[in-house]
Amino acid sequence: MTLTKADLADMLFDKVGLNKREAKDMVEAFFDEIRASLAEGDTVKLSGFGNFQLRDKPQRPGRNPKTGEEIPISARRVVTFHASQKLKGMVELHYAKQQQRSSNH
Amino acid sequence: MTKSELIAKLTERYPQLVGKDAELAVKTILDGMARSLSQGQRIEIRGFGSFDLNYRPPRQGRNPKSGAKVLVPEKYVPHFKAGKELREMVDGETA
Repeated sequence: MTLTKADLADMLFDKVGLNKREAKDMVEAFFDEIRASLAEGDTVKLSGFGNFQLRDKPQRPGRNPKTGEEIPISARRVVTFHASQKLKGMVELHYAKQQQRSSNH
Repeated sequence: MTKSELIAKLTERYPQLVGKDAELAVKTILDGMARSLSQGQRIEIRGFGSFDLNYRPPRQGRNPKSGAKVLVPEKYVPHFKAGKELREMVDGETA
Protein backbone atom coordinates (compact mmCIF):
# COMPACT_ATOMS: atom_id res chain seq x y z
CA MET A 1 0.00 0.00 0.00
CA THR A 2 1.62 3.22 -1.17
CA LEU A 3 0.40 6.82 -1.07
CA THR A 4 0.27 8.34 -4.56
CA LYS A 5 -0.79 11.58 -6.24
CA ALA A 6 -4.27 10.09 -6.76
CA ASP A 7 -4.66 9.61 -2.97
CA LEU A 8 -3.57 13.21 -2.35
CA ALA A 9 -6.08 14.44 -4.95
CA ASP A 10 -8.82 12.48 -3.14
CA MET A 11 -7.89 14.27 0.10
CA LEU A 12 -8.23 17.66 -1.63
CA PHE A 13 -11.61 16.60 -2.99
CA ASP A 14 -12.79 15.52 0.48
CA LYS A 15 -11.25 18.23 2.65
CA VAL A 16 -10.90 21.32 0.47
CA GLY A 17 -13.91 20.80 -1.77
CA LEU A 18 -12.01 21.11 -5.04
CA ASN A 19 -13.61 19.18 -7.88
CA LYS A 20 -11.79 16.09 -9.18
CA ARG A 21 -10.11 17.97 -12.03
CA GLU A 22 -8.98 20.86 -9.80
CA ALA A 23 -7.74 18.47 -7.13
CA LYS A 24 -5.63 16.53 -9.63
CA ASP A 25 -4.20 19.76 -11.09
CA MET A 26 -3.45 21.17 -7.65
CA VAL A 27 -1.45 18.10 -6.61
CA GLU A 28 0.46 18.26 -9.90
CA ALA A 29 1.12 22.00 -9.42
CA PHE A 30 2.27 21.48 -5.83
CA PHE A 31 5.11 19.14 -6.83
CA ASP A 32 5.77 21.12 -9.99
CA GLU A 33 6.46 24.32 -8.02
CA ILE A 34 8.76 22.52 -5.59
CA ARG A 35 10.66 20.97 -8.50
CA ALA A 36 10.94 24.32 -10.29
CA SER A 37 12.32 25.99 -7.19
CA LEU A 38 14.94 23.26 -6.71
CA ALA A 39 15.82 23.34 -10.42
CA GLU A 40 16.59 27.05 -10.01
CA GLY A 41 18.93 26.21 -7.16
CA ASP A 42 16.58 27.46 -4.45
CA THR A 43 16.09 25.43 -1.25
CA VAL A 44 12.49 24.57 -0.28
CA LYS A 45 11.49 24.88 3.38
CA LEU A 46 8.13 23.43 4.36
CA SER A 47 7.76 24.10 8.07
CA GLY A 48 6.40 21.16 10.02
CA PHE A 49 7.33 18.76 7.22
CA GLY A 50 10.94 19.24 6.20
CA ASN A 51 13.48 20.98 3.98
CA PHE A 52 14.65 20.06 0.50
CA GLN A 53 18.24 21.18 0.08
CA LEU A 54 20.79 21.06 -2.70
CA ARG A 55 24.30 19.70 -2.45
CA ASP A 56 27.06 20.11 -4.96
CA LYS A 57 29.12 16.95 -5.10
CA PRO A 58 32.63 17.01 -6.54
CA GLN A 59 33.81 14.46 -9.08
CA ARG A 60 34.96 11.22 -7.46
CA PRO A 61 36.56 8.02 -8.66
CA GLY A 62 34.16 5.17 -9.39
CA ARG A 63 34.35 1.71 -10.82
CA ASN A 64 32.24 -0.37 -13.14
CA PRO A 65 31.25 -3.14 -10.73
CA LYS A 66 31.05 -5.67 -13.57
CA THR A 67 34.33 -5.05 -15.34
CA GLY A 68 36.31 -3.40 -12.53
CA GLU A 69 37.18 -0.65 -14.95
CA GLU A 70 37.82 2.75 -13.30
CA ILE A 71 35.50 5.52 -14.47
CA PRO A 72 35.16 8.92 -12.78
CA ILE A 73 31.72 9.83 -11.38
CA SER A 74 31.14 13.35 -12.63
CA ALA A 75 30.51 16.37 -10.39
CA ARG A 76 26.80 16.80 -9.82
CA ARG A 77 24.13 18.61 -7.87
CA VAL A 78 21.76 16.45 -5.82
CA VAL A 79 18.62 17.00 -3.71
CA THR A 80 18.62 16.02 -0.05
CA PHE A 81 15.60 15.98 2.25
CA HIS A 82 15.80 16.74 5.96
CA ALA A 83 12.64 15.84 7.85
CA SER A 84 11.50 18.38 10.44
CA GLN A 85 11.63 17.56 14.15
CA LYS A 86 7.84 17.37 14.01
CA LEU A 87 7.79 14.72 11.27
CA LYS A 88 10.58 12.72 12.92
CA GLY A 89 8.66 12.91 16.19
CA MET A 90 5.45 11.66 14.54
CA VAL A 91 7.31 8.69 13.02
CA GLU A 92 8.98 7.75 16.32
CA LEU A 93 5.80 8.20 18.36
CA HIS A 94 3.74 6.00 16.07
CA TYR A 95 6.40 3.28 16.14
CA ALA A 96 6.71 3.44 19.94
CA LYS A 97 2.92 3.14 20.33
CA GLN A 98 2.84 0.18 17.99
CA GLN A 99 5.59 -1.58 19.98
CA GLN A 100 3.71 -0.93 23.20
CA ARG A 101 0.51 -2.34 21.75
CA SER A 102 2.19 -5.54 20.59
CA SER A 103 3.94 -6.06 23.95
CA ASN A 104 0.59 -5.76 25.75
CA HIS A 105 -0.84 -8.70 23.89
CA MET B 1 11.06 28.96 -1.13
CA THR B 2 8.97 28.71 2.01
CA LYS B 3 5.52 27.23 2.57
CA SER B 4 3.89 30.68 2.32
CA GLU B 5 5.74 31.40 -0.94
CA LEU B 6 4.54 28.07 -2.31
CA ILE B 7 0.96 28.98 -1.35
CA ALA B 8 1.38 32.36 -3.10
CA LYS B 9 2.62 30.66 -6.30
CA LEU B 10 -0.30 28.23 -6.34
CA THR B 11 -2.77 31.10 -5.78
CA GLU B 12 -1.19 32.92 -8.72
CA ARG B 13 -1.49 29.81 -10.86
CA TYR B 14 -5.14 29.24 -10.00
CA PRO B 15 -6.65 32.73 -9.72
CA GLN B 16 -10.14 31.20 -9.59
CA LEU B 17 -9.27 29.70 -6.22
CA VAL B 18 -9.68 31.70 -3.08
CA GLY B 19 -6.31 32.27 -1.37
CA LYS B 20 -7.59 30.28 1.58
CA ASP B 21 -8.12 27.24 -0.64
CA ALA B 22 -4.49 27.12 -1.79
CA GLU B 23 -3.41 27.42 1.83
CA LEU B 24 -5.74 24.63 2.89
CA ALA B 25 -4.65 22.51 -0.08
CA VAL B 26 -0.95 22.79 0.82
CA LYS B 27 -1.72 22.02 4.45
CA THR B 28 -3.87 19.04 3.47
CA ILE B 29 -1.20 17.59 1.17
CA LEU B 30 1.58 17.98 3.75
CA ASP B 31 -0.55 16.61 6.60
CA GLY B 32 -1.62 13.66 4.45
CA MET B 33 1.98 12.88 3.56
CA ALA B 34 3.20 13.22 7.16
CA ARG B 35 0.41 11.01 8.47
CA SER B 36 0.94 8.36 5.84
CA LEU B 37 4.70 8.20 6.39
CA SER B 38 4.45 8.14 10.17
CA GLN B 39 2.10 5.16 9.91
CA GLY B 40 4.75 3.36 7.92
CA GLN B 41 3.07 3.84 4.54
CA ARG B 42 5.52 4.81 1.83
CA ILE B 43 4.86 7.69 -0.58
CA GLU B 44 5.57 7.51 -4.28
CA ILE B 45 5.21 10.63 -6.42
CA ARG B 46 5.94 9.94 -10.08
CA GLY B 47 8.45 12.44 -11.47
CA PHE B 48 9.29 13.82 -8.03
CA GLY B 49 10.51 11.06 -5.75
CA SER B 50 9.62 8.67 -2.98
CA PHE B 51 9.56 8.84 0.80
CA ASP B 52 9.99 5.86 3.05
CA LEU B 53 11.26 4.95 6.48
CA ASN B 54 14.73 3.67 7.26
CA TYR B 55 15.41 1.51 10.30
CA ARG B 56 17.98 2.63 12.86
CA PRO B 57 19.04 -0.13 15.27
CA PRO B 58 19.40 0.62 19.00
CA ARG B 59 22.79 2.02 19.93
CA GLN B 60 24.87 3.11 22.87
CA GLY B 61 24.91 6.90 22.94
CA ARG B 62 26.23 9.51 25.30
CA ASN B 63 24.69 12.53 26.90
CA PRO B 64 26.98 15.21 25.45
CA LYS B 65 26.68 17.34 28.59
CA SER B 66 27.24 14.82 31.37
CA GLY B 67 29.09 12.16 29.37
CA ALA B 68 26.75 9.52 30.83
CA LYS B 69 26.06 6.50 28.64
CA VAL B 70 22.49 6.21 27.44
CA LEU B 71 20.80 3.53 25.35
CA VAL B 72 19.22 5.07 22.26
CA PRO B 73 16.30 2.80 21.31
CA GLU B 74 15.73 1.51 17.79
CA LYS B 75 13.69 3.80 15.59
CA TYR B 76 12.61 4.65 12.08
CA VAL B 77 13.64 7.84 10.27
CA PRO B 78 12.08 9.41 7.15
CA HIS B 79 14.09 9.08 3.94
CA PHE B 80 13.59 10.75 0.56
CA LYS B 81 14.90 9.53 -2.77
CA ALA B 82 14.63 11.96 -5.67
CA GLY B 83 12.96 10.62 -8.81
CA LYS B 84 14.66 10.60 -12.20
CA GLU B 85 12.96 13.74 -13.49
CA LEU B 86 13.81 15.78 -10.39
CA ARG B 87 17.39 14.46 -10.37
CA GLU B 88 17.89 15.51 -13.97
CA MET B 89 16.24 18.92 -13.55
CA VAL B 90 18.39 19.80 -10.55
CA ASP B 91 21.61 18.61 -12.16
CA GLY B 92 20.84 20.46 -15.40
CA GLU B 93 23.62 23.03 -15.22
CA THR B 94 26.46 20.79 -14.15
CA ALA B 95 25.52 17.80 -16.33
